[in-house]
Amino acid sequence: MRRTRAAAASAVTVSLLAAVTACGGGSSTDGGSNDSPKTLTYWASNQGPSIEADKKILTPELKKFEKQTGIKVKLEVVPWSDLLNRILAATTSGQGPDVLNIGNTWSASLQATGALLPWDEKNFGKIGGKDRFVESALGSAGASGSDPAAVPLYSMAYALYYNKKMFEDAGISGPPATWDDLVADGKKISKGGKWALGAEGSNLSENIHHVFVFAKQHGADFFDAEGKPDFTSDGAVAAVKQYVDLMGKDKVVAPGNAEYAQNQSLQDFAKDKTAMVLWQTAAATLKAHGMSDDEWGVAPVPVQSGTPGADKAVNSMVAGINMAVFKNTDNVDGAVKFVNFMTSVDEQTILNKTYGSIPPVKAAQQDPAFNTPALKVIRDTLATSAAPLPQVPNESQFETAVGTAVKELFADAAAGRKVTTASVKEKLDEAQQQMPKK
Amino acid sequence: MTVTAQPAVGKEAPPGATAPVPRRRTGRVRRGALPYLLLLPALLLELLVHLVPMVIGIVMSFKELTQFYIRDWGAAPWAAFDNYSVSVDFDAPIGKALLHSFFVTCAFTVLSVGLCWLIGTTAAVYMQENFRGRGFLRAVFLVPYALPVYAAVITWAFMFQRDNGLVNHVLHDQLGLTDSPSFWLIGDNSFVALLVVSVWKGWPFAFLIVMAGLQNIPKELYEAASIDGAGMLQQLRRITLPSLRPVNQVLVLVLFLWTFNDFNTPFVLFGRAAPDAADLISIHIYQSSFVTWNFGAGSAMSVLLLLFLLVVTGVYLVLTSRGRRAADV
Repeated sequence: MRRTRAAAASAVTVSLLAAVTACGGGSSTDGGSNDSPKTLTYWASNQGPSIEADKKILTPELKKFEKQTGIKVKLEVVPWSDLLNRILAATTSGQGPDVLNIGNTWSASLQATGALLPWDEKNFGKIGGKDRFVESALGSAGASGSDPAAVPLYSMAYALYYNKKMFEDAGISGPPATWDDLVADGKKISKGGKWALGAEGSNLSENIHHVFVFAKQHGADFFDAEGKPDFTSDGAVAAVKQYVDLMGKDKVVAPGNAEYAQNQSLQDFAKDKTAMVLWQTAAATLKAHGMSDDEWGVAPVPVQSGTPGADKAVNSMVAGINMAVFKNTDNVDGAVKFVNFMTSVDEQTILNKTYGSIPPVKAAQQDPAFNTPALKVIRDTLATSAAPLPQVPNESQFETAVGTAVKELFADAAAGRKVTTASVKEKLDEAQQQMPKK
Repeated sequence: MTVTAQPAVGKEAPPGATAPVPRRRTGRVRRGALPYLLLLPALLLELLVHLVPMVIGIVMSFKELTQFYIRDWGAAPWAAFDNYSVSVDFDAPIGKALLHSFFVTCAFTVLSVGLCWLIGTTAAVYMQENFRGRGFLRAVFLVPYALPVYAAVITWAFMFQRDNGLVNHVLHDQLGLTDSPSFWLIGDNSFVALLVVSVWKGWPFAFLIVMAGLQNIPKELYEAASIDGAGMLQQLRRITLPSLRPVNQVLVLVLFLWTFNDFNTPFVLFGRAAPDAADLISIHIYQSSFVTWNFGAGSAMSVLLLLFLLVVTGVYLVLTSRGRRAADV
């Protein structure tokens, strides 16, 4: 009996150990291999109106690639709500796709995990060199001073979309160029259930994108040169306060927007309830809401001075999607070939045209399709007045901590509580203390 | 494997031993090992599904497992008790937020379990009466329990919207109970919203269990009681509730554990950053690990939660079994 028990116990221990070691850490091989040169798995982010639409858009292109190279690409379109968690899981287990799309603001965070193939000179050489890409887009592909962790695929920037009919009704001739103008115009519009500006107050990423730009305009950054968080500088506090004040003090943003997180402001815009939104690429969604292209206009996002440019005149983040190769891939050559294909001038033109974004590949921007008034604004913004979000490993923590702080301040403003410099500073201080110490 | 090894030992017994002894021993061993053998598959699965992940989680809680190490997390440096000391340092923001979240969760759980039990029991008692449409009502009552959680909670999130939601439409537009439309998904009201959804989702289970428990109470007891002149309330107090005691003990424990650990409801209702007033511990831990990529700290908080739930469950079981033993005597 005792022996049986001892044997059972040791069997249990052995299986436990086996299980633990089997789960322990991903593969430790660096650099990937070429063990399965005929297939690739590709995780695409959801860029079109739906997952199904994306599959329809991408499949013919993947077929072209298969025809050229004989490599079959297995496509999975991953919704945004899952993408980061899926990438984290793949990183931990070492079982992931070969090629994947990432939001460009994650570049430095994911770079720090070491899961992505670094794009050094040699790798860039295989896809035609670094110079093919727009500089600001490359600046959002990893921490500065190290090889990019990804290659820019689609670029976007914020612009001010305005509802022409609502502007006309309020007797406003054109879109505002400064924040003072916006508030002044906004006060004319915001009455009788109509509001001047939309905001997605409960969407942490949106909050970050806007307060980042406001901070730039106040000459502040949320991270110092060493990459340490610096959320409570006067400029940062003023920036957050200015954004939230649009609801609380200036009353040009509807209080209800404090709980928006699912693009409800575009719906309000299309229903003539909100006259302006700050958005990246709204055309397709506005069309889906029944608004025709001539009913809205696009202008650069306002800046304090009235003329967008560098430094304090920055009026957008560099938004966009990057393409990365998973280091553990079994087909590293094929993966690089696929990136080369997707960043070729032809594919860049086709895909960016379909998605309403701007190609980060310079040569592809020449296509007249990217010269519409709306896209021209975005293209100019990207070229002259967009700045990348902080490319630091703690970017995703920053989005959560500061994004939540802004969300809570919006909730205060919506409930009629006063948002003061002191209360903003306190919230930002709390956010900063939640950041990792190292 | 161990079963076959045992008889061999018996055969090597000193020659003086009589023949029947080994045979009897073999039989005894077989009989002794059989339960273990039968349990083995379940045990292995239990190990794989529950214990191994738990052990790994506990190991993780002692590591500095941030994004820099997740790729090869065996190589993450040991953090000793750092993750724990940060989590329980209630003067610093992280500890303070955890403690706040803990209190919110306690209040939420007590209210939710209490209301679920009360509504479930009341409905079950009334459903004992035979009347037309009883089956239909029973089925309707169980709908929230049968619906997929995500779909149901998303619907609630729509209803709780300030500007277009059904709740404000009824409370503000039609009944005029509030001066201005209230926020339900942000600010302090979010606690109420969360509680409403949780109770809506949880009470049918209480109803189902109590209803099953009621079937086991002999009709004669009620007949005798009514002959003795006991009214409905007295019957409830003297017969129904005492008879339901064992059922209730399990029901309350299960509801407590489910509600305390509930993740889906707040996550679907509020997204990845729950408002302060509704910051349940499960979502708080999720945020501390997945959203901020600090899996060590998240694991440490999970271990603390596990310890707390173990203590509560243990104390509860001891108390209730003592009560039962006293009742048996």
